[in-house]
Amino acid sequence: MKRNTYKSGPDINGRFGKYGGRFVAETLVPLILEVEKAYKKIKKKKSFINEFKKYLKDYVGRPSPLYFAENLSKKLKGPKIYFKRDELNHTGAHKINNTLGQILLAKTMEKKRIIAETGAGQHGVATATVCALFNFPCTIYMGEIDYERQKPNVFRMRLLGADVEKVKSGSKTLKDAMNEALRDWVTNVNDTFYIIGSVAGPHPYPEMVRDFQSVIGHEAKEQIKKKEGKLPNLLIACIGGGSNAMGLFYPFLNDINVKMIGVEAAGEGLNKKHAASIAKGHLGVLHGSKTYILQDKDGQITEPHSISAGLDYPGVGPEHAWLKDTKRVKYVSVTDKEALEAFKFSSRIEGIIPALEPSHALAYLIKKASKMPKDNIVIMNMCGRGDKDIFTVAKKLKINI
Amino acid sequence: MPYKDILKNKFNELKTKKKCGLISFITAGDPDFNTSFQILEKLPECGVDIIELGMPFSDPMADGPIIQRANGRAIKNKMNLKKTFELVKRFRKKNYNTPLILMGYYNPVHRFGINNFINNVKKNNINGVIIVDLPPEEDNELCLPMIKNKVHFIKLATPTTNNIRFKKIIKHASGFIYYISITGITGANYKSNQKLGNQIKNLKKMTKLPIAVGFGIKNKNDVKELSKRADAVVVGSSIIKKVEEAEKKKYNKKKLVDNVLNYVKQLSSVL
Ligand SMILES: Cc1ncc(COP(=O)(O)O)c(C=O)c1O
Repeated sequence: MKRNTYKSGPDINGRFGKYGGRFVAETLVPLILEVEKAYKKIKKKKSFINEFKKYLKDYVGRPSPLYFAENLSKKLKGPKIYFKRDELNHTGAHKINNTLGQILLAKTMEKKRIIAETGAGQHGVATATVCALFNFPCTIYMGEIDYERQKPNVFRMRLLGADVEKVKSGSKTLKDAMNEALRDWVTNVNDTFYIIGSVAGPHPYPEMVRDFQSVIGHEAKEQIKKKEGKLPNLLIACIGGGSNAMGLFYPFLNDINVKMIGVEAAGEGLNKKHAASIAKGHLGVLHGSKTYILQDKDGQITEPHSISAGLDYPGVGPEHAWLKDTKRVKYVSVTDKEALEAFKFSSRIEGIIPALEPSHALAYLIKKASKMPKDNIVIMNMCGRGDKDIFTVAKKLKINI
Repeated sequence: MPYKDILKNKFNELKTKKKCGLISFITAGDPDFNTSFQILEKLPECGVDIIELGMPFSDPMADGPIIQRANGRAIKNKMNLKKTFELVKRFRKKNYNTPLILMGYYNPVHRFGINNFINNVKKNNINGVIIVDLPPEEDNELCLPMIKNKVHFIKLATPTTNNIRFKKIIKHASGFIYYISITGITGANYKSNQKLGNQIKNLKKMTKLPIAVGFGIKNKNDVKELSKRADAVVVGSSIIKKVEEAEKKKYNKKKLVDNVLNYVKQLSSVL
């Protein structure tokens, strides 16, 4: 990789340093090479860029506002905190930026059917939505446990016309949904496009999803310059697979004075059940890429845990693994309990009910804000709204609704 | 013991006899270490020419429900790569002439350590390795180190493989080519078709390596039919189904082993 830039990855082999790659069954290789070729071609095409932008604006509702969370900033006695409000997007999270990009690609590749995996159901809903919009049949794979804890999203997907397949194999969560989606893909390789929901999977997915999500960071950069006349001191985002974080971070990677923090899910604690792949994982290969993975000493993938279904994944996007090694981004983690407190705090003080995923990023800010310089500017990615989580939270708080 | 290419010898022998070879796939440690050893030990006398032994993995992405469950049983009974090597070591004490190949996914191998893995493969006279999620694009990971150590790294070809792709695949292929008969996962339905025959003929024009065909081959008829086209056939899920059947019927271990081996005998009887 070129020196003095953090933005040149991946290389031609789909690697970010030693991470990434194309670790998939032979049956799929011709197809992922085709996806790569098609993506390279369209990403520079004016007609594609314009169509993508048009839908982001008129259908998703972009640009999402950059909101100065004044009450929160005052209360925490710390820096000026801005929320990048991707929770206001159509379907309630950042996921739709990516599904929109991928469905346009699937369309140009003349694919006939869409599949996707989902954990929290947000990516499933975002996929089902664009499939309804562009008239594609679609099948969404969802682990049985997630299916039960995110029932409203299951119903949403069905309303949108998707088939939702309950996955009962393995640990019955996101990783198993992804296994099942890959099994579908090798079986229906000729006509099916797989819309992966995060910066994970084989090359070119980590790059492609990052590029589609980068609209978040590009907008934020423009907006903060307008509001503050300068770049922020810190960006902060939660990390499941890492797509909302990559989307915010990427356009700032070469702005060396902008610090960045990714927040993983520490679940019940880093020495108990958690989903902190960067903090506690080992180098390995899962779902097509080499990265940090939660696994036992035999190389079996271990079951992650987080209160937030969207962070409940045993791996992390390869670009994050590389950004960790290069120390460009700092990775930390917060527990279920801390995230839950942040969820309540934001609701009360800003009138914004955040999803449990960005509540992790907020929880870290709440812990550290008072130690940060008051004249600093922070942008936090409010990448999803909490409607989908009210049942989980109510249960946790032992409240009947 | 000096390294002998018994895999190559086996295919030569099959060729002289004008016989199609039978490759059986079982998961190491399914349903437990001892029972799977008893199956393994008797496979050659039931007519198996080459043994494929699955290395258990928690997330077998290319496998259907039957092999997924076999992996699950093995892992539940604490099977791992170290014990898989012990299993082979025991097998090799009495059998030195049946080629044995390990098949699995990359993560457990990577975690075990590449050098450690290769040393154990050589030490236990394992003749080749198939890793489902290591396509030619990732040859640097394990394929090239294996070849350097003179262990066969067996490559897969599929119905999605065109000629240009196949040339890339055979560049570092050795041992034999494993042709996957269908686009799909293990345990799906194999359907006899002309296209498959043509594809095999086409591959044969491009490589001298023997071609084994697998995935979805379910019974004597499939085996018989394919034997006219391929140098060897691979049967996996339908053998493992016999383990599952025996478990369901609560057979004792001896009866379970017999249930599996009798089925293997049936398969080999048509070759
Ligand atoms: C609102 C929200 N945030 C974050 C995530 C985690 O994904 P990523 O790390 O790719 O942004 C999800 C996943 O479902 C989500 O729904």
